[in-house]
Order: sequence, then structure tokens, then C-alpha cells
Amino acid sequence: MATSVTDPLNVDINSIKKGEIRMGTTITALKYNEGVILAADSRTTMGAYIANRVTDKLTQLTDNIWCCRSGSAADTQAVADILKYYLSMYEVQYGITPTVHTAATLASEMCYTNKNMLSAGLIIGGYDEKTGGEVYSIPLGGSLHKQPLAIGGSGSAFIYGFCDANFKENMTKDEAVEFLKFAVALAMERDGSSGGTIRMVILNKEGMERKFFAINTENPIPRFYR
Amino acid sequence: MKGLNERKGFDFDYYQRNALLQERGFPSPKATSTGTTIVGVIAKDCIVLGADTRATAGPIIADKNCRKLHLISPNIWCAGAGTAADTEFVTSMISSNVELHSMYVNRKPRVVTSLTMLKQHLFRYQGYIGAYLVLGGYDCKGPHLFTIAAHGSSDKLPYVALGSGSLAAISILETKYKPNLERHEAMELVREAIEAGIFNDLGSGSNCDLVVIDNEKATPYRGYSKPNERAKKEQNYKYERGTTAVLREDIHKFVTVETLDEMEVDV
Repeated sequence: MATSVTDPLNVDINSIKKGEIRMGTTITALKYNEGVILAADSRTTMGAYIANRVTDKLTQLTDNIWCCRSGSAADTQAVADILKYYLSMYEVQYGITPTVHTAATLASEMCYTNKNMLSAGLIIGGYDEKTGGEVYSIPLGGSLHKQPLAIGGSGSAFIYGFCDANFKENMTKDEAVEFLKFAVALAMERDGSSGGTIRMVILNKEGMERKFFAINTENPIPRFYR
Repeated sequence: MKGLNERKGFDFDYYQRNALLQERGFPSPKATSTGTTIVGVIAKDCIVLGADTRATAGPIIADKNCRKLHLISPNIWCAGAGTAADTEFVTSMISSNVELHSMYVNRKPRVVTSLTMLKQHLFRYQGYIGAYLVLGGYDCKGPHLFTIAAHGSSDKLPYVALGSGSLAAISILETKYKPNLERHEAMELVREAIEAGIFNDLGSGSNCDLVVIDNEKATPYRGYSKPNERAKKEQNYKYERGTTAVLREDIHKFVTVETLDEMEVDV
């Protein structure tokens, strides 16, 4: 995880709270020709100990909007729960399902307003009939970025080159799945805070499909030069 | 009903006094911590929670046989590691609120209810309530096992270990766990995991307590395994009467015993 922004007036030396559980993480999401795909690794650490090696960092916010969580496990779980609540209230109050843009804006407002207390990097991805799917990145400070491909977490640093070289817009589902699988696998290979298994969520007009990749199963994680 | 002198927020009254004492060379006493090995395992048709029974205050063992398995509701139990007072009070508080909630909605309590109450409470206190919990129960939706950390994050897993002895316990679980264990297999696995903590972690020791929860009831086993019973003393260390010579005997009575009528409580 990148070091947090330091305010020149109040230096925050220990941005990592003692004993806190963090999701070092590699999280990714992209838009493909029929929708969006979100992918993440599955490691949560407490210092050097892996507290959960099969974490699910892909959280459902509404039927068609999901988010990837990175940073502090407690902070992101709390933010995601509140977001889920706001979005279900939105649907009740306005009678329409919230758009991905709405969800992303709510999330970025929460992250920005509480930036001093939160350590949360989110990627929001969802399928709308109208737009064909959108991906928004919300890094540490709470800014909002709409992108065709978003990567985040400590492991993302290692795959900027791979992503820049290999990403194409409007890939097919299989191409996109392979791309993300390779990207997350490469990051897991090099980042100590990422590892375990790869979880994916595919969102399109058919609905939602989950994929799971782990070593020694029929959906293995790709291996590289060792 | 509110008290007359209701004060809100944290009580800083002793701050100055404690700072002064610390300056003068009297360090603040260490909070009793449960050191601890706590473990949870989901079996085929039940869930098993286990804990050791040692409570430490720094290097001293404050309690050789404390209870770390707390009842949240008859079908939901919680094992606690971290600061003993925090685990005790937070589980007790959520237990009361779950009982009230269950009466309000007229349904048996669910594990996710107590999970949400616990994690939202702990998140609000940003980790200052040092409670690390293994929450397990069997409700209308089946068996559930969660860990909750002091900062307010939770994980849902088929087997978990927490506390200073968790590394020893998780190594046993990672080696021997398989899905759909039978009840007695799961109990033995949990016992082995806790004993790994008892023997290999200085913060854990004494006995192993267990609780087995299935869709009908929960069966606690206090002292399921006692691998550290004190051995019989090898010699008789009593001094016989006459070892110390009695020169003079004066008996003074300071206590008067009275028998009163029974106190009438009800009319």
C-alpha cells in the first residue's frame, strides 16, 4: 500500500494503526465489450501474519454494482456497509436503481470527507443498461476517476507496465478474463502483501458471474518464469 | 433514568495523577490480557469453539482457569482474546442487546446480527476496545463462523484461530482440517489446536474449554482437557503439633453471633 499523504502541519507518522488488519492487495477492474469485470487477490495481513488467505475483497453494493476494497480491512468493510445501506435507501426513496456513477460519487464523498481517519482505496464497477458498464477508481485521498481499466492496492505498482502494454478497450469476455488473471497473478508473484487465490466478478446484462482461480484446482493461477 | 451526575465522554480525572506517578517511578499496571489461544471449526452438522484458560497481567498469571467462552445467545457463542475486560464487557453487552432484539423481532437470534453489532461497536472505538473475537453459532440459516478484530473488521471462514497462540493452533488446523468433519473429530481437532497453543505459547496455558453448538442446543465442556493438573506433592511438608512450643494462651472473643428472624421479602 502506498504511504499516506502527509499534511505539513500535522505529521502522521504511524498511519498504520498497531495491530490493525490490512489488505495489502492487488485489486483491478476493467470495462469490456459486454460489461465490467472486477478481480482481486485474497490475502489479508496483520503485520507479517496472513490473517485470512481466502478473503473475498469483491463486495456487492447492489445487484449490478460491486466494489473492490484495499487498505484497512475495518475501514473498507465499514464504508462498504454504509454504501450498501445508502444505495438501498436510494432505491426505496427514488424508485430507480442507482447508477454506477451515483455509487461511485457517494463512495468518494465518504472517503474524501473522512480522509484523515480512513485508509481505504476502492474501485467501483457496475453494469448499467445505458452505459454498458463503468469503472471508477477512488484512491486514498477520495478523488474520483472514471477509467476503462483501474488497478489499485500495493500490488498494482508491479503491473503498471504489463497493463499499459497489454490492455485494449472492448475486449471479449475471455480475453478480459485472461488479461486480469495474468495481471493479478503477476502482482501476487512480486508483492508480499498480495497472494492466495484470484477472485473475479463478471457483470453484464445477463447478471453476475463469479470466477475463482487457485493452485491445484481445475482453474489454476498462471505460472511464470521462476 | 439518568444519574444525577451524568458526565459524558472519556473520564480524564486520573490522567494527571497517573502521569505524576509514572514520573515518580511507578509505572501503570498492565491490563489483564487473555494472552490466549482461541479456535473455531465448522463440522458437518455442528460448530465447535475452543479456548485455553490462562489470563495474564504482564509476566504474572492472573487467573489459571478463567472462562474465555462467552454466551451471546443459547445458539451463539463467542471466544475472546485481547484485553480481558474488553472481551468480557463487549460480549456481555451484545448478548443483552441480541436478547432484546430477538424478543423485538420475535425470532431466534442470528449470528450475523451479533456480528454486525459487535463490529460496528468496535469500529466506532477505532481499536481502543481491545477485543479480538471468534464468533460462532448455529441459526436458521445454518452454522456460521466469524473472526472479529478490535478495529472492526471481520472474516468469514470454515476454521479460525486467534490470540497469541494462534500461530501454533492454525498450524494444526491447516494440517488436519478437512470439510465435513464428524462431531467427535472436530472436537478432537479443536482440542489439539488449543493444546498446541497451551504448550508452545507462553501467553496460553492450563486447560482447554470447548463448546459444541448444533441446530438444537449448545453443549459447553468446561475443562474438556486438563493436561496441566498439579501433581501430588511428593513429600508431606506439614509440621507436627509441638514443633513450636506454646508458652501462653489467651482467648478473646470479638464476634457475637445472633440468630434473627428470617427477613421477609414478599408479603
